Amino acid sequence: MSTSDVTHHTPGEQHDHHDDHAHHGPAPGLMRWVTTTNHKDIGTLYLWFSLLMFFIGGAMALVIRAELFQPGIQIVDPMFFNSMTTLHAIVMIFGVVMPAFVGLANWMIPMMIGAPDMALPRLNNWSFWIMPFAFVIMLSTLFMDSGGPAGGWTLYPPLVLQMGDSFAFVIFAIHFMGISSVMGSINIVATIFNMRAPGMTFMKMPMFVWTWLITAYLLIATIPVFAGAVTMLLTDRYFGTSFFSAAGGGDPVMFQHIFWFFGHPEVYILILPAFGIVSSIIPTFARKPLFGYDSMVYATASIAFLSFIVWAHHMFTTGMPLAGELFFMFSTMMISVPTGVKVFNWVATMWRGSMTFETPMLFAIGFVIMFTIGGLSGLMLAITPADIQYHDTYFVVAHFHYVLVPGAIYSLMAATYYWLPKWTGNMYDEKLGKMHFWISTIFVNVLFFPMHFVGLAGMPRRIPDYSLQFADWNMIATIGAFGFGFSQLMFVYIIVKCVKGGEKATDEVWEGARGLEWTVASPAPYHTFETAPEINPGTVTR
Amino acid sequence: MTSNVSRWALLSLVLLMMPLGAWADWGALNMPKGVTEISNEVHTLHMRIFYVCVAIGVAVFGVMIVSMFLHRKSRGHKPADFHESTTVEIVWTVVPLVILIAMAIPAARVLIKMEDFTDSELSIKVTGYQWRWRYDYLDSGVSFYSQLKSEHNLARQQGADVDLATAFPGESFNGEEDVYLREVDNELVVPVGKKIRFLHTSADVIHSWWVQDLAIKKDAIPGFINENWARIEEPGVYRGKCAELCGRDHGFMPVVVRAVPQDEYDAWIADQQLAMASKGDESERQWNHEELVSAGEQVYQANCMSCHQAEGQGIPGMFPAIAGSDVATGSIDKHLSTVMNGVEGTMMSRFSEVLTDADIAAVITYQRNAFGNGTGDTLQPSQVQSLRTGMTADNGLTLPSKVASMPELNSNTGVN
Repeated sequence: MSTSDVTHHTPGEQHDHHDDHAHHGPAPGLMRWVTTTNHKDIGTLYLWFSLLMFFIGGAMALVIRAELFQPGIQIVDPMFFNSMTTLHAIVMIFGVVMPAFVGLANWMIPMMIGAPDMALPRLNNWSFWIMPFAFVIMLSTLFMDSGGPAGGWTLYPPLVLQMGDSFAFVIFAIHFMGISSVMGSINIVATIFNMRAPGMTFMKMPMFVWTWLITAYLLIATIPVFAGAVTMLLTDRYFGTSFFSAAGGGDPVMFQHIFWFFGHPEVYILILPAFGIVSSIIPTFARKPLFGYDSMVYATASIAFLSFIVWAHHMFTTGMPLAGELFFMFSTMMISVPTGVKVFNWVATMWRGSMTFETPMLFAIGFVIMFTIGGLSGLMLAITPADIQYHDTYFVVAHFHYVLVPGAIYSLMAATYYWLPKWTGNMYDEKLGKMHFWISTIFVNVLFFPMHFVGLAGMPRRIPDYSLQFADWNMIATIGAFGFGFSQLMFVYIIVKCVKGGEKATDEVWEGARGLEWTVASPAPYHTFETAPEINPGTVTR
Repeated sequence: MTSNVSRWALLSLVLLMMPLGAWADWGALNMPKGVTEISNEVHTLHMRIFYVCVAIGVAVFGVMIVSMFLHRKSRGHKPADFHESTTVEIVWTVVPLVILIAMAIPAARVLIKMEDFTDSELSIKVTGYQWRWRYDYLDSGVSFYSQLKSEHNLARQQGADVDLATAFPGESFNGEEDVYLREVDNELVVPVGKKIRFLHTSADVIHSWWVQDLAIKKDAIPGFINENWARIEEPGVYRGKCAELCGRDHGFMPVVVRAVPQDEYDAWIADQQLAMASKGDESERQWNHEELVSAGEQVYQANCMSCHQAEGQGIPGMFPAIAGSDVATGSIDKHLSTVMNGVEGTMMSRFSEVLTDADIAAVITYQRNAFGNGTGDTLQPSQVQSLRTGMTADNGLTLPSKVASMPELNSNTGVN
């Protein structure tokens, strides 16, 4: 539909958008959202979906933290506790961070590269609408007699094969999510390659577009591997194969290799688009172009390459040969080099700028600092002899929550505040936004920082009860968790308030804004760049 | 107005952290040094990389904070226009690389030492089970199972309502330390000063045997054997845990290693060998019904209760009930074969190796009479034993047919 929309328009029609809305605007009512092929509508759907899942996954985290408030088992059965840790991870990774990034890609990439829409609009609709069904299937397992999946999101056999009837549903849901992600990625690659406005060369693209292009390749390369691994689990369980059973000539550790060959690039899938967002926001509020754009692009590509050769650092205790352990230790340490380059470039962008600290900038700076804390603990984890001590403890939990919550999630919040005026045409409530940032930042550290301590002192992850030596810090972490969780209601309130109205935003929105998305009206009209914008060598596109 | 928000927030961040820090247990903050040469080297590596990270953090965040203070629009700072410098990019690629190489060399050296399993003086096979450990001393033939001590097991049940701090004050082997969830029924006793080789494997799912003070953690993988070693320098009790998610009771399979001087160790081994030799007598003799029921209750609490629950009611959908179940009230052969062989593809594991004949007879007798089942059945250890001798060769996998072929077990035999 929208492809034919585009051909209907002659360049001269661009000025009278109101007429367009009458004829080619969104269909009225609920069917608009079901049948839409508009990149902005689909982006909006993805973003609301991930916000909803954020609260579902967050509620699961609060069940976990509530049980861990005190030693002893007070609230839930250990099996249900294990379901919560498993589903919390799956929901947050596949239901929150990934769809939210895809939503942002949908909204912003066409507007950033001067394209009228995504390259494959119907595929786009399908990619989104698979997701709610996948998660209904996934979450329905909680209401089955056998309970939800309880073997950890890493699905290690043989434990995962002990799961009850919900097993097949979980595998099916994972396949759904995988199909959605791969289709979304193909669409993004096709859009970036084919839909750029004339003059928009690769090295003129904003970092967000670059990071998404690389992320999309990571997804296309790894999701099928994951799909293969879970299918092998399925046949081991129901069709008598023994890929992962030593008794039948298989190997349970082989699953871990296959899983982490997907799982480690997945980690970068969850963080590269965040790098892109922060690389857009910091220059805007420093009023200074991004420092070292070229090296940022190369660093992103290096990270993506290295992410394929470090997977077994998740498996240092499985009894790998020494040569393997040394290789994966060195390759893992290498990743900190391009990651460091990125952090240094952000700092250099801020240096001698003219900074203001609106909410998106606060979240972006919070991202840089707390992501770096997570990165540094990641460097510690790369030291294999020490990793053997850290492995499967709360130190690891602290590490990946620092890169994912004040990392990936903060970048999503920064992006929301940054582009919300462009999406809605209204400014959000700046004072509330800042309060949201500060309250979140205090509680997120109260929540995750103590986990470093209990982990180093010897508390394993994924346990519903612990010895008394860990009691104090767990109580503090739980207080932080409830504080952080409930303060996110502010986020919803601020968004809803902004959608409903507020001070009108200008087209440029931010004084230092750079890039094509700020040249269109606020709110962005239903169709943008039906005629390709003119891009000269001097045009600021990033 | 907005800077007020920031100032208020920063202040409350500091104020909030201060009392929390004063209240919390500062003993449980860092990795312990441990008691082996390797654990000390690992601790050194850990502290060194930690200080490197702190230094990088201070430098990077320091520059950021200075910049955020000086280069703000509100102070009238005008933006500079520089945005690239190849020299700078090369510097901050090469400098971290040099730091990494400086870290990688000592780390590799320790790793190579950790992986040197030669010249061991003692071998112990450690097998993970859901949810206990089995230790086999390969040199002396001693073997036993080790699991969470029963009073801890009762206290950690949902709704147990035990004041943990007073119930488990601990033996205080390291200052104020407590022992809740950290004691086992049978400790692993090892000699100090000997290079002990551990062989790790599993009977069901993947576990991971971790003792922090020895700096060893290795996965126990069904069908594979992993190696590990430790030479403990000083006598003491070292506590550890299962580190790999292994199902419902993953949090409840502690490890306790007691390191003793060589002569004490030798005496202990001799005692164990004696105890193992006399164990056979228990299954030969005839037990009476009450004896079996009360012994069975203990076995039930230690092995069955966490899934099948205190009143045998199970957890619907996950763990079947024993109260009024077909297995516990129907044919005794089916009941016996379920306990001995487990149920494939579920968490019901095979108890034929874990429990003695007397334990199995006792727990089955208990289950068939408790929870209102009231069948009045008695199963003698000797009956379990005679069944077991017929199934050693094939590891018990064909037990059901064996049971069927044994006429004396086919009806509710051995009554009273």
